[in-house]
Amino acid sequence: MMDRRVALKVLGAGCGAAVAGAGTAEARGAKVIPKKALGLLYDGTLCVGCNACVSACKQANDMPSDGDGMYEQPIDISGKTLNVIKAYRSGKADHKDQVVDGFAFTKYSCYHCADPSCVSACPVSAMTKDPETGIVKYNVEACIGCRYCVAACPFGVPRFTYDKADPKISKCQLCQHRMIDGKFAACAEVCPTGATLFGPVDELRKEIARRRSLKTGTRTVFPRGKIDGTDSYEGTIGRYVDHVYGEKEIGGTQVLHLSGVPFELLDKPALPDEPPARVSESVQHAIYNHLIAPLGFLGLLGALAWRNRKEPDDEAK
Amino acid sequence: MKPNDEAEAAPAPLGGRLFTPFARVLAAFVVILVAILAVRFIRGIGAVSNLNDGYPWGIWIAWDVVIGSALGASGFTVAFVAYILNRGEYHPLVRPALLTALFGYAMAGLSVFFDIGRYWDFWHIFSPKYMQVNSVLFEVALCIMSYTVVLALEVSPMVLQRLGMNKLRKKFEKLLFVFIALGVLLPTMHQSSLGSMLMVFGPQIDPIYQTPALPVLFLTSTIGMGLAAVVVEGSLTSLALRRPFERDLLGGLVRVGRGIAFVFVIVRFVDLGARDLLPALFELRGLTLMFWIEIALFVSPIVLLGGRSGRRPSRMFTAACLLALGGILYRIDAYLVAYHTGAGWNYFPSMGELMVTIGLVAFEILAFIIAIKVLPVLPARRDVHG
Repeated sequence: MMDRRVALKVLGAGCGAAVAGAGTAEARGAKVIPKKALGLLYDGTLCVGCNACVSACKQANDMPSDGDGMYEQPIDISGKTLNVIKAYRSGKADHKDQVVDGFAFTKYSCYHCADPSCVSACPVSAMTKDPETGIVKYNVEACIGCRYCVAACPFGVPRFTYDKADPKISKCQLCQHRMIDGKFAACAEVCPTGATLFGPVDELRKEIARRRSLKTGTRTVFPRGKIDGTDSYEGTIGRYVDHVYGEKEIGGTQVLHLSGVPFELLDKPALPDEPPARVSESVQHAIYNHLIAPLGFLGLLGALAWRNRKEPDDEAK
Repeated sequence: MKPNDEAEAAPAPLGGRLFTPFARVLAAFVVILVAILAVRFIRGIGAVSNLNDGYPWGIWIAWDVVIGSALGASGFTVAFVAYILNRGEYHPLVRPALLTALFGYAMAGLSVFFDIGRYWDFWHIFSPKYMQVNSVLFEVALCIMSYTVVLALEVSPMVLQRLGMNKLRKKFEKLLFVFIALGVLLPTMHQSSLGSMLMVFGPQIDPIYQTPALPVLFLTSTIGMGLAAVVVEGSLTSLALRRPFERDLLGGLVRVGRGIAFVFVIVRFVDLGARDLLPALFELRGLTLMFWIEIALFVSPIVLLGGRSGRRPSRMFTAACLLALGGILYRIDAYLVAYHTGAGWNYFPSMGELMVTIGLVAFEILAFIIAIKVLPVLPARRDVHG
């Protein structure tokens, strides 16, 4: 049928441009963590599960309580909670960092990705990545509450206050508001064992390499609070799994985790190295490359519609 | 090829009673919709919906926007056939299709307004101060907004004609070719982007559905859904108004839809094959079952419309329904079923969400029924013009 053939051919012009573009155009360059990026090192083998960081985070960020009034007992991050410590338990749970009959702790909060999906998704620039510190920031003044960031984040970090008529997104912003006063992330500041450690990502990476190079059981000095601070104590190196969570996940993150048990057991999603934001933006840029394909298609359509136009009198009679 | 104007009856309002019992039932659903929305705006989205941080988007997006606008593709597919391919004989289908599209898109826009938490700031998307051009949602929102305006302009001659402002109408119709071109371009852009929207979800979408071919799959299935919607609507109109079934016109469209279904299925399997996922389709799990139901829905119109019995109106109607269902299911699966956000999250729409969606569909049907009675949308009865 003539109908179908021509229809498919002309549609092919639009469709084909999209496909060819997606296939041949160069992918958008990889985004790297800024030189002076700030982040956290969470070493699960040092964590004692005291939850001091959970309370400190609430106070520092003026977040509503999520407990019985005396203790903060959030079971997950939410519109009310930016940071939680979760526990892994197995069998009798009587040995720390042991897979069978053991237990382990892990931290849930924003990872501050090198190439954040939430920033790529946000249609109104409410999510931005600070070019200096790399902190992924949220601006409620810009936000329209569409929750594309909530859906996009592979770590499930941005959360939304569904129970409010004036809702907003909740996520860790590394206590950037406290940095003006020379302070740093409250969770790291109060951590009694240095399990959560604040500092420049470069320094944190060196510290990770140092810890991983030492033999289990070695006595060594652990910095506490911030890595370039003065507080430290002597402790014992634990047994680490051979994986630094956040080192490569979706292009790398500024919050890095060490653990004594595999990250799958801590419900950390297994993620590819390729950032989804890069894939999405590459395809989108290929199709809408300077609007050449859409404008070309529009020209073709306009020309055909012009040629086929009818005088209004024809139709109305 | 010149359209045969002699055979074409000019569109005219149907007239008749507006508040029929059926219209009253539809209006009742709209009243329920308004009541639920009152609660939503006073107490927040959580008060009426089951949305959560694992499933921050529910049926207000997957059904009202993604599926609603795809069925609204009736407007651009018929305009494409009639004006771009210059098949003048399809003109009688253009006006009802454009009207359906306008209501479909207006409903999608309204639904977004209910769904976004900070609706009073929705204009940020269109403000240079806030817009974020790398966001697929930015492109979709801008494009859907522009297309709704274009649809309103494409529909405006019907209103001008009704108001007797024929001079203005004739002037305007000289420019119509611009809006016709835009009215085809914009839907190809945002309908494909509704697929691209899922790309940034990365591994959260099952690999069977997460693919760089998303824009092509969404665009082709949209065209199928749009054509199917015209055929279903045309069949129902002819039944309701006791008019003869437009066998040639609707048959022509449904056969284009058949070709589109064929393209969709081929692209789907070539893409899965290229990504070595064909064996994964035979794993026994919910999503693969959904996948095969979808494929069956896309393949069945191809089979049903083959041969001589494929020209029977009932066959065409059934094939169109199945094709539309295939597109609907593909979208629900891609947006909700294939979306895994981590253990422990569940979503099924609440009664409130369902009633809002039903209320919007009721409003759409009601608006269409009223429009064809007061505006020159459908061709006047053939017997009047001889």
